[in-house]
Formats: sequence, structure tokens, C-alpha cells
Amino acid sequence: MSTIRCDIVSAEAEIYHGEATLVVASGEMGELGIAPRHAPLITRLKPGQVRVIDTSGEEHSFYVSGGILEVQPQVVTVLADTAMRARDIDQAAALKAKQAAEQALANRSDAIGVAEAQSRLAEATAQLQALERLRKQLKH
Amino acid sequence: MAGAREIRTKIKSVQNTLKVTRALEMVSASKIRKAQDLMRASRPYAHTMRQVIGHIARASIHYKHPFLVAHEQVKRVGYVVVGTDRGLCGGLNANLQRTLLADIARWQQQGAEVVVVAIGQKALHFFRRLKGIELVGSVTHLGERPEIGKLIGVVKIMLDGYADGRIDRVHLAFNDFINTMSQKPTLDTLLPLPPAIDMQATYDWDYLYEPEASQVLNHVLTRYIEALVYQGVLENLASEHAARMVAMKSASDNATEFIDELTLVYNKARQAAITQEISEIVSGAAAV
Repeated sequence: MSTIRCDIVSAEAEIYHGEATLVVASGEMGELGIAPRHAPLITRLKPGQVRVIDTSGEEHSFYVSGGILEVQPQVVTVLADTAMRARDIDQAAALKAKQAAEQALANRSDAIGVAEAQSRLAEATAQLQALERLRKQLKH
Repeated sequence: MAGAREIRTKIKSVQNTLKVTRALEMVSASKIRKAQDLMRASRPYAHTMRQVIGHIARASIHYKHPFLVAHEQVKRVGYVVVGTDRGLCGGLNANLQRTLLADIARWQQQGAEVVVVAIGQKALHFFRRLKGIELVGSVTHLGERPEIGKLIGVVKIMLDGYADGRIDRVHLAFNDFINTMSQKPTLDTLLPLPPAIDMQATYDWDYLYEPEASQVLNHVLTRYIEALVYQGVLENLASEHAARMVAMKSASDNATEFIDELTLVYNKARQAAITQEISEIVSGAAAV
């Protein structure tokens, strides 16, 4: 019996890796069943289950909250999202990040320019280096 | 025995400091391993993503995705800056900031404005004090196991800016983890995506797309850039622990050295006191 390799990965971890006889996932345009030697295909996934039937006939099932499914004749790859994704959720996340920055800016006390920051950093590094040299001299 | 008590107190306090630095050193040593594991776990995702992008970009040549198109004039430059949340990690943040400031100054000289999103407390606190730089987003407290979900917001701000033409370039700044002893401040270009990745395909075949190629490409590219930023955050996390371990090790060494020196001074003072006492007794006996 022919098999197809199945990799399920997310950005944070490798979730599943092994040979399969059938992979079932819910694509954006409908349910997909992928058997060995399927034509190359790429689709976005809806939140739902990805089921993998391995060579011993055992079924493994994983929940994905979305992602991308890529099929090549010998390999099926699921790039799973770990976080809940939707346009409005993404928008809310962006807004939250923006507000965090605005809040931080609101209570800043002493603003300085790029040039000044650069010179201060250089000064601090020079001081550190001087200290290091001094220490070495004292040791000998 | 003048001074002996003071020296003893001093030795005690240095010993306490030593305990703290030793503990921090050991904590960091164990955390490096975990951070490295995380880095390794996220690699297959980025790798597969790159392959997929290579395929699609070749397949949908007629459709030029905005992320793959370079803007001719650079008027506003965006930076995604990764910093640590906590201090006591040597010059890690300062080194990155120095590299960044040099780059920012270069763009400003060419008349470009600079927009920044900050990841981590140290980056946020640094940039909120800088004049002439627009801080448009921030996220802090990612913890020991950063989640990609927390980065979506800051990345989206930059991606939207680029797609709308408000930002003409986006860079990612983080500390690249080379090994425990060295971390390299690194500036990568996120947008426009370097042409290398849309030239990779070598096979002569095409996918079936569901839905159409442009939408899938958009989805994949967004995820890819998020994955790049996430990878940067993980590299930076491993760098943070490594830098802290080295900093704490040298602090522990210094403390040990200091204790030795103080003990020597203490013993000398003690002996001097005893000698003085004996000579006082002897001269007292002689006088009788």
C-alpha cells in the first residue's frame, strides 16, 4: 500500500510527523481528503480538525485554528496557526499594540534626540572599556 | 581591633551578593537550553514556509504582491525592534541599540522618517525617550515561552503600513544567538521581501489553488513575516539568557575575588591587633 508523508508544524512546535494513508482536513472551500499521489494543491484551512490515518490504520486527530495546507505528490504539509486568527481579531491585536505604545509615550518624562542617545551610549561603552582596562592593569 | 568588624560586615554583604549572582547564573544556564529547544522547534515551520513561497511566487508571476515590490523612494523606514523584558544581561540591549541608532541616523540623514514598533520592555523604554522617532506599537512581557499570537499586532501595524504605502521599508532588529559566548546585533530586511525567495523554485509544475493564488500568497507571506519576527524573538531570548549567564558569571568571579582580598585585609588587621596586644602586655610587664 502506498503512503504519503505527513508533516504538521506550527511556528511554535512540530506537531506530527509520519507516514499516512489518508489525511483529512477542512479547507476553506470544503472538506479535503488527501490520499497518496494527490495532485499538488495549496489551500487555506478553516478552524477545525485535521485527521491523519497512519499506516497501521490508527487515526490521529488534531485541532487547528486555521493555517495552510500544502500537498505535493509525496508530502502533505500543514502549517498550522496556533493563535486564533480572523480579520477582526488581528485588527484588535494591532490596536492593542498601538495603545500600549501610546500609553508608554504619554508618561515619558525626558525625551532625547537620536544624536544624544548615540553619544550617551558611546560614552557609557567607553567608560566600561576604561574600567575593564584599569582592572586588568591592577591585576598585573 | 579597629576596622575588623566593618570588614567582616563587608565580607558578609559581598557573600550575599555572590549567592544572588550564582543563583541567577544557574537559572540562566538552564533557561538557555529551553530557549534553544524553542528555536529548534520553530525552524521546520519557517523552512516549509520558504519552500511554499518559492513555489507560489513562481506560479503567480503575473500577480505582483505588494510585499514583493520595492518602493522606489524611501520616505519612511520602519523598524521592528526586539529587546529583553529584564535587565542584568550585560551589554546585550545597548549593543543592539548602538547598531540601530547608527542605521537610523543614516536614514535620517537621507531625509527619511523613522517608525518603530518595540517588542520587550527594554526596547520600549529606550524608544519612548527618543525624539524624532515615531513609536507606533509595542508589546511586552512575552515570558519564557513567547507565543506568536502576541506578536500579530505589532507585525500587522508594519505590514498594513507597507501595503498602504505609508512605510517604504521594514527592518527587524534583534540579537542573533551564535553561541553562549557571543550574540550578534543583527538588522534584517523584512520588507520588501528579498528577491532570493521568489527565485527558488526549480520544478516545472503548479499547484491547484483554493481560493486563488493571490489570496493564498497574501496569507502565506503574512505568516512568513510573522514567523521571521517570531524567530527573531526566540533568538533574542536565547541571547538574553546567554548574556545574563556570562554577566552573572563574571559578577560571581568578581565577588569571589573581592571576598579573597577582603579576607586578606581582615586577617592582616586581626594579626596587627594581636601583635599590638602582645607588645602592650610585654611592655607593661617590663615596666612592673
